[in-house]
Amino acid sequence: MQSFGRKDTILLIVVALLVLLAPVILNPFPQASSLAQFNAGYPDLMQRFVIFGIFAIGFNILFGLTGYLSFGHAAFLGAGSYAAVWMFKLLSMNVIPAIVLAVVVGGLFAALIGYVSLRRSGIYFSILTLAFAQMSFALAYSVLTPLTNGETGLQLSLSDPRIFDPAATGSLPTTNLFGIDMRATTTIFAGPWEFQLNAGYYMSGLIMLVAFWLSIRIFRSPFGMMLRAVKSNQQRMSYTGLSTRPYTLAAFVISGMYAGLAGGLLAAMDPLAGAERMQWTASGEVVLMTILGGAGSLIGPVLGAGFIKYFENIFSKINDSVLHTWFGALPDGLETALVTLVHPFVGKGWHLTLGLLFMLVVIFLPGGLVEGGRRIRGVVGRRNRKAGDPEARAASKQPAE
Amino acid sequence: MSILEVKNVGKRFGGLQALGDVNLSIAENSCHAIIGPNGAGKSTLLNCLIGKLIPDTGSVMFDGQSVLGRKPHEINQMGISRVFQTPEIFADLSVWENVMIPIFAKRDGSFRMHAFESVARERKVVDGAMQMLDDVNMADKRDLLAGSLSRGDKRRLEMAMCLSQNPRLLLLDEPTAGMARADTNNTIELLREIRTKRDITMVIIEHDMHVVFSLADRITVLAQGTPLVEDTPDRIKGHPKVQEAYLGEAAH
Ligand SMILES: Nc1ncnc2c1ncn2[C@@H]1O[C@H](COP(=O)(O)OP(=O)(O)OP(=O)(O)O)[C@@H](O)[C@H]1O
Ligand SMILES: [Mg+2]
Repeated sequence: MQSFGRKDTILLIVVALLVLLAPVILNPFPQASSLAQFNAGYPDLMQRFVIFGIFAIGFNILFGLTGYLSFGHAAFLGAGSYAAVWMFKLLSMNVIPAIVLAVVVGGLFAALIGYVSLRRSGIYFSILTLAFAQMSFALAYSVLTPLTNGETGLQLSLSDPRIFDPAATGSLPTTNLFGIDMRATTTIFAGPWEFQLNAGYYMSGLIMLVAFWLSIRIFRSPFGMMLRAVKSNQQRMSYTGLSTRPYTLAAFVISGMYAGLAGGLLAAMDPLAGAERMQWTASGEVVLMTILGGAGSLIGPVLGAGFIKYFENIFSKINDSVLHTWFGALPDGLETALVTLVHPFVGKGWHLTLGLLFMLVVIFLPGGLVEGGRRIRGVVGRRNRKAGDPEARAASKQPAE
Repeated sequence: MSILEVKNVGKRFGGLQALGDVNLSIAENSCHAIIGPNGAGKSTLLNCLIGKLIPDTGSVMFDGQSVLGRKPHEINQMGISRVFQTPEIFADLSVWENVMIPIFAKRDGSFRMHAFESVARERKVVDGAMQMLDDVNMADKRDLLAGSLSRGDKRRLEMAMCLSQNPRLLLLDEPTAGMARADTNNTIELLREIRTKRDITMVIIEHDMHVVFSLADRITVLAQGTPLVEDTPDRIKGHPKVQEAYLGEAAH
């Protein structure tokens, strides 16, 4: 039986703790150590973790529940960013109007594209969404230049009206939440360690938690059950008196709103919007995140988003000189051989490693990282039971929730 | 009073006249069996009643309203549910979610955005589904994935899904095919009991004559897309045309 039960509450609390402590957890290496470059606890990257987490959570409501695979969700992300930057230009540097408009624009744009694309299913649906997103990208790049500032991208300028803010003088204003600067960062020094607490990250993190909570509610609702029914058997649904189209459209619009929200937050952290945010590679990325983490699971998409963003930002920094320091202790010939061997997989070659990992996950763990976790827990649980752990035994007897 | 009126219905597939000129009038609260050899057009006829197929000619009236031109979900909402020849269930959902969905559909109509209510809090629906599963002796299987059930259990589940909607007209396409004898007898009992408890009209397609003669008030024999005879079970048993066209063939 599915309900917002104890398990979900625990999951939500765990995620909340992770968000709260991320600046510490992600910075395990002392600042001066050679491993410090693997620290992911800097504001810019942490913001990306939670913002793309939101994007993937929303995508999962469509893809994970209904099985409709959209290849065009970056269009809604990009639209959200443009909408937010316009709010910064016209109204105020406060992020609230920007985020609200980003969600609304993402939803409306999704309603339009979804209405047309959902007339088909399967591969034809995917192609339609892809076509629409590429069309949006092309429009943003050229025809819609007055709205999007074309190639350069939409930016703030000193001459923007910003009717609710005092006139800017000297430098460009920064985004804020009722006066709290989104870029405000407090650095905590703990011995050789450094932890950065950033206002923008915490606001995005809080919004991600709300988005996550909403998605759990949707998963456990009759509506969520209907979305899974769409994936399972549309014929049966219609002969049971249910109209499938409004359900899929609602899921599409909701995921579009999540994408718009993510786009708005990106702009709130850094008030820029460019057409490349709408490109098909960006749409593909959220598909990868969701599948890698585990489509249809609650936490999977967030894990997938974190994983891919980590690779993109950290793994990509391992260059040959880093490799040489790693293998420096080895005899020269061996060192050169190893560096040559590893070279294609790191640095600019991070895509290759990610691609291989993705293949391995899809082939051996079709349920994504979440299934990997479940299997590990299964093995550990079995050991505990063998050891006579009464708690584990009791837990395994409980009926599936 | 007849609740379903089928007039001059015909359906062609390419060169094959699957239904010739079918006329059928089904009395309210009766159980009407349709029998006939394989390929006679029995399933095709049901398909024309629920909007899966649109007949080339003729009309289908349910309770005075035409069903032709309506979408399948609209026809279901009029009060017609169907058990298919090959089970149509939600294979990836649990057994009791399978039964809750039709109850929600009956209560909330073809679409409702109940995205923030919890399924578990819908006591009436949860209990209704549980009761229904009890009625078909499947309560112990409620947490299983529907796709993992045996063929016979899938049929019973599908029947539970249809009955949970309390339909006015229930269409059953070979509901006991693939079932063990004991389950077949249970199914007969269940359908009989339902008929005593509430108003329901049934159209049942069946090859198992035991089931047909246990349930039906009237029987239509269909062969090559046209009704041969329609009569009471007793008269059908002795009918020479039927012996020849259908029962005789089964006796070989
Ligand atoms: N969608 C379709 N397209 C083409 N031909 C079809 C279609 N559906 C049914 N037929 C053909 O129409 C004829 C009648 O089929 P139907 O399924 O109605 O028979 P039936 O009486 O239900 O048989 P059975 O007892 O085997 O279920 C068959 O020859 C079948 O092959
Ligand atoms: Mg048939």
